[in-house]
Amino acid sequence: MSAPIISLEGLTSTTSFDQLLATAKSGGCASSTCGLSGKPDDIDPAVWEKIKDHPCFSEEAHHYFARMHVAVAPACNVQCNYCNRKYDCANESRPGVVSEKLTPDQALRKVIAVANEVPQLSVLGIAGPGDACYDWKRTKATFERVAREIPDIKLCISTNGLALPDHAAELADMNVDHVTITINMVDPEVGVKIYPWIFYDHRRYIGIEAARILHERQMLGLEMLTARGILTKINSVMIPGVNDEHLLEVNRWVKERGAFVHNVMPLISEPAHGTHFGLTGQRGPNAMEMKALQDRLEGGANLMRHCRQCRADAVGLLGEDRGQEFTLDSIPGEVTYDPSRREAYQEVVAHERRDHLAARSEAIGMVKAAGSGKSLLVAVATRGGGRVNEHFGHAKEFQVYEASPRGISFVGHRKAEQYCRGGRGENATLDGVIAALEGIDIVLCAKIGDCPKDQLAEAGIRAADAYGHDYIETAISAIYAAEFGVQPLAATA
Amino acid sequence: MTFKIIASQCTQCGACEFECPSVAIKFKGESYVIDPDKCTECKEAFDTQQCASVCPVPKTCVPA
Repeated sequence: MSAPIISLEGLTSTTSFDQLLATAKSGGCASSTCGLSGKPDDIDPAVWEKIKDHPCFSEEAHHYFARMHVAVAPACNVQCNYCNRKYDCANESRPGVVSEKLTPDQALRKVIAVANEVPQLSVLGIAGPGDACYDWKRTKATFERVAREIPDIKLCISTNGLALPDHAAELADMNVDHVTITINMVDPEVGVKIYPWIFYDHRRYIGIEAARILHERQMLGLEMLTARGILTKINSVMIPGVNDEHLLEVNRWVKERGAFVHNVMPLISEPAHGTHFGLTGQRGPNAMEMKALQDRLEGGANLMRHCRQCRADAVGLLGEDRGQEFTLDSIPGEVTYDPSRREAYQEVVAHERRDHLAARSEAIGMVKAAGSGKSLLVAVATRGGGRVNEHFGHAKEFQVYEASPRGISFVGHRKAEQYCRGGRGENATLDGVIAALEGIDIVLCAKIGDCPKDQLAEAGIRAADAYGHDYIETAISAIYAAEFGVQPLAATA
Repeated sequence: MTFKIIASQCTQCGACEFECPSVAIKFKGESYVIDPDKCTECKEAFDTQQCASVCPVPKTCVPA
């Protein structure tokens, strides 16, 4: 099969700092503006320290760092209409789906095996397939074992919030400083359409009472985490006709209670998944509807737009899943943690991202100053490192940026089927890719053939490979300048 | 009287095991199994049977 998508390609096979740095820069623009803080201008330094290596809490970090989930918590205390507890599929990428459930000891072995092989690894999460706070014994046992072996790995959990108040203090004690709460409503009348039942205080509740209890516990849990300085991400599933408008209200509530970031995700709903919503024909939103809602939420809590709705056993950068490489039977019975590759990688990233941030802020400044009043939607093929470094035909997703008088901002990603396999392009697949790129003005990639380029052009989408290996924002600012006839960026980045 | 788990439907989430007040549920082979000698149907402990109330799959924890 094709080579795995790896951030800063080649960094996983070499270990010396000099080698790594040379690999990261090869073929790319080599700005050298060291001495900057390495921190985006608009973030509090203490918060930046917490999120700078967390791919889910920081859009900037997601270019460099990888997460892994261990599926140790299969038990759940809430039934959601978008979840089917019997679901298990190797090819589906969505929350709750796993191929194998692990005991805490098996999870420790897997985390060590991945840490030895994937130098980008920075975060260990427990995100189901059940609820990490409800299945607390397994969650806690896993974190205790892993923290003993790999003290610098960040620990985080995902929860529906019902049992969260019971464990907020322990989470703080265990240095779990990132928690995701799925909050889909703040009005129990909306909640009854999403949650058929909850299990709380030794009994099953249904209807409005269930939704009211869940809502109260979610708000209490969020407040308790905020009081303890734990960063929270609020996940909301956007369900058209059920809670799409209501999410504006949810955003206000969670912001007031100190939520750090709000992540609105599209409902995934197909009949084949066997969920209640899948079977009743409830549709999910399309990409442009998602973007429209997210745009309306700007100015509220910080928005996360780079979520990939990953599996409960995902491994790797957010845009990839290497989980299938690390099944239990592929891991030796005895594994010993070797920190050398992670340490070398962290060192080179610290260096590389200073350059990237400088180039980024320069590019954004240029677009803001251009005064053109126009905006561009740009899709980028990248394999990590914040650069335009993936071939069009090899991309499994495109990262979408908007360049406008407000600067350059990441607005989301579009999944696409890989168009080129084994050196040949499939026309039927290309049609799907073009459909996935609806509304995009320009595609940036490391390389593209004439044939797909022409077909994209027919669909009104231009493609450019002249900026291969440049930083994404640098490339976009150059495109913006060329497009609207403004002064291009000086050649420092 | 006692409860039983329909093995073919069990998702092996294990919630029943840790909610059972009589420690009557253990994982065996492909499924969780209720020990009929220990199962009290939660009488005198709770209003409803804990295993059946928490089980995510309908009609999977049922009277034997």
